[in-house]
Parts: sequence; C-alpha cells; structure tokens
Amino acid sequence: MSDSARATPDAAAPEMPDHPPVTDWIHDFDHTDPRWTEDPFPIWDQLRAASPVVHTDRFLGCYLPTTYESVRQIANDTEHFSSRRVIVRDVRPEITNTAPPITSDPPDHKPAKQLLLPPFTPDAMKKLEPRVRAICNELIDEFIGDGKCDAAARYTKHVPVRAIAHMLGIPEKDGDLFIKWIHEILELGIKDEASLMRAVHEMAGYFAIHINQRKQQRTDDLISTLMDARDKNGEPFSDMHVLGSLRLLLIAGIDTTWSAIGSSLWHLAKTPADRERLLAEPELMPSAVEELLRAYSPVTMAREVMKDTVISGCPVKAGNMVLLSFPAANRDPAMFPDADKVVLDRKENRHAAFGLGIHRCVGSNLARMEMTVAIEEWLKRIPDFRLDPAGQVKWSEGTVRGPRQLPLLFGKAG
Amino acid sequence: MGGRLKIHVDQEKCQGHARCKALAPELFELDEFGNAHEIGDGSVPAGLEDKAWLAQSNCPELAIEVVEE
Repeated sequence: MSDSARATPDAAAPEMPDHPPVTDWIHDFDHTDPRWTEDPFPIWDQLRAASPVVHTDRFLGCYLPTTYESVRQIANDTEHFSSRRVIVRDVRPEITNTAPPITSDPPDHKPAKQLLLPPFTPDAMKKLEPRVRAICNELIDEFIGDGKCDAAARYTKHVPVRAIAHMLGIPEKDGDLFIKWIHEILELGIKDEASLMRAVHEMAGYFAIHINQRKQQRTDDLISTLMDARDKNGEPFSDMHVLGSLRLLLIAGIDTTWSAIGSSLWHLAKTPADRERLLAEPELMPSAVEELLRAYSPVTMAREVMKDTVISGCPVKAGNMVLLSFPAANRDPAMFPDADKVVLDRKENRHAAFGLGIHRCVGSNLARMEMTVAIEEWLKRIPDFRLDPAGQVKWSEGTVRGPRQLPLLFGKAG
Repeated sequence: MGGRLKIHVDQEKCQGHARCKALAPELFELDEFGNAHEIGDGSVPAGLEDKAWLAQSNCPELAIEVVEE
C-alpha cells in the first residue's frame, strides 16, 4: 500500500444521528429501516398511493419520487437536480473524490461519459463474454459437489468482480479487496464517515500504483485505454480524472450486478414455473433478463435539488436530496400492467433499471451480458434448485438492493 | 395493414440503452458510443413491421418514431 492509502481521513467523523424506527412512512420514510431492506415493495405501494413525491426530514431532508413519471421528470431535469452528490447520507460533506461522469452535470458530463462509452458497447461485451462464461464455470466447479451453497457468497458476488478486474487488467484475485471497499463505501458509509473515507483513500492508493505501472509500460486493458484517451482539445485526461473514473467503474460495476444476478437466482429458486419455462424456452432469455431487471432493479440513485421546482404537482425545495428510485418507478402499475408480477415474456418494457436521461448506466451492456451468462451457465449445470429452508436470505442495506446471503439447495425437492 | 413503415431515432433523446438493437438488429445500428441509428433511410422491410413496433415500445427514452408512409 502506498502512503496515500495509509493516510488517515482528514476530517474527524461527525456525530451521526440515530435512526429511530419508522412509524409514519409517508412523512418520515427511511430507506435504511430494516423493513425497507427486507421488503420495500409494499412500502413503495403505500407511498405511491399517497403522493407521486414524498418527503422525509431524515438525511437532512430528502424526497422520494414514487411513480415512473415523477422519476422520469427528475432524471431528465439537470437544471433543477444535480448529480454532484449521488448517495443520500446522514451528512453532506464537502464535495471531493468525484467519480465522473456519474457525479458530473452538463456541460462537463458529456466528454467524461464519452470517454467511457466505447469500451462498453454490446460488441465490446461480446469479446468479453467467453471469459465470463469461463469464470462462471470455474465458480460452479468449486461448490456443485456440495449439493448446496450460499450463492451470494460463492457465485453472484464473484462474477462481476472477476469480470471487471479482467477488463481493467488487474489481478482477479484482488477481488476481495474491491468487495471490502464497496461494502465500506456503499453500506457502512451511509452512517460512518470514517469508514467511507478510509476505503476511498485505500482505493486511490491501489489505483495510483496501477496507473504508475502503465506510465512505464502500457498494457492492453481498460486502465491504459482511459490513460490514452484524449478530450476534445486533444489533451489527455488528468490522473485524478482517470482515478475517479476507475473508482466509479469499481463501485458501480460490482455490487449492482452482484445484486441483479442474486435477485434473479432468488426469484428462480422460489418460482419453479419460471425456472422450468426458461429451461424449456431458452430463447426467452433476453426478455426474461429485462423483466428480472425491471422487477428487481437493484439501483436507486440520488440527486440534489439546486433550485425550487414542481414535480408531478408536488413542490420540491432546494437544499434537499432526492432518492431517485428506479426500482419504485419500475413497479408503478400505471406504467406496467401487473407490475408486481414477473412476466418473462413481457412485450412492452420501458424499464428504468439503468436510469433514464443523460446518466444512463455506462455499464448496462456489461451488466446484461453478465446476468445472461451467469443465469445460463447456472441453469446448464444446476437446472433444479430451491431456497434452503435451513438458511436465511439476507438483503443489502442502502441504495443497491440484492441478496447478500442466498442459501440454495440443488436438485429436485423431495 | 397500412403502408410501409419508416423509423427514425431522435439523437437528442437516444441515450444508448440499445434495447432497439437487441430486439431488431435488422433495423438499428449502434455508433462508437453505443447510441442507436436507423439503418439506411429507416424504411422497414416487409415482414419486419412487428419488430419496428416492438423496438419502439421498449425504448426507455421514447426516442424512436415509427411512421406509416
């Protein structure tokens, strides 16, 4: 580890407010409440029935749009809503350690995003696909003989970690380090500033080493691609910009897809009819993946209100944060008939799992490929599986939702 | 059936979700940034009309126009 990785956070952790249990979801919601973590869908239904936009005084003031339309309006309104802070937390520290383009607003957003888009096109993902299939089978080899496994710990977590490491050109074995940072930033970091800062510093130190190595000699990987990229004036992007983009790829590319694959296997484990249908009709996989993305969208983003405005008839005041819940939008029955039902061959599906507007997920094609391959390879090797009644499914807390413990039994019940 | 269909991707709205390309690869192509464009002048060959409507109804950004000529 470099000195910067060992540096202590420059600000002492401020005192964190308590999170008393929620008694009034409509006026005092809290996305870190254990009931939200366990099963948010009935809570969202209740909030949506009350208003297209609800507010809580928690997190120093935060709105939640509850309908597809209100989410769409906010996602497309970069004048009133900034992306400079994209996690809703108990504190609003100074804006440092940005991760362009996710934390960028116009006009800086477009060049930062265009830097990242070419390596993530569907054609680029096709080249990566054989390696991801091999990763899936290497993982399955390790536990298939046991007749059971915690799929979140042994499978769904490692697929995106190893895939992104492979793309970046860093050792796949460093994956455990990435998982630790992501946990400290996205889960512990909501309430623990010191944990977040420590992880950010460690990550910066780690990538600084890899950037410096490539200054000596370029390698054929995404880090070198970013270092070789030029902006519209023909200038290279700064080390800080490259570092920020690497931080983004790691944070955004791992627990999100980990969650999406995990929720998909969870659904198939408890829904034998859908599992059997996918086995009998593998050509349904593309629409099934889109439908699983809709029904179990992992990612809720955030915005900061910069100017007062009105969304779906509701006044929205500057200074508040917004939880931009794509998952709640995707369960809006006004947009999706039978919104709470998984329909593997759903024909019309404008789901917002990857966001809407200029911040559309840059890794969406990677995520789709990883989900498709991970489900296909699992079904080939383990066509029959179910939730282990002796175990317990545990869901992540925060703004990326998926199973973090998923005990499964292989083979037919009986 | 009406006349022949013509499609157009609005470049101001397209954000590169690439759903159209996945559903109707005969009708759409992607540029280096992954944003979608109609192939040729957007005329939909006979037999691909359903795919044109399917692509349109799955675009999250409402970026695809389908018109009957």
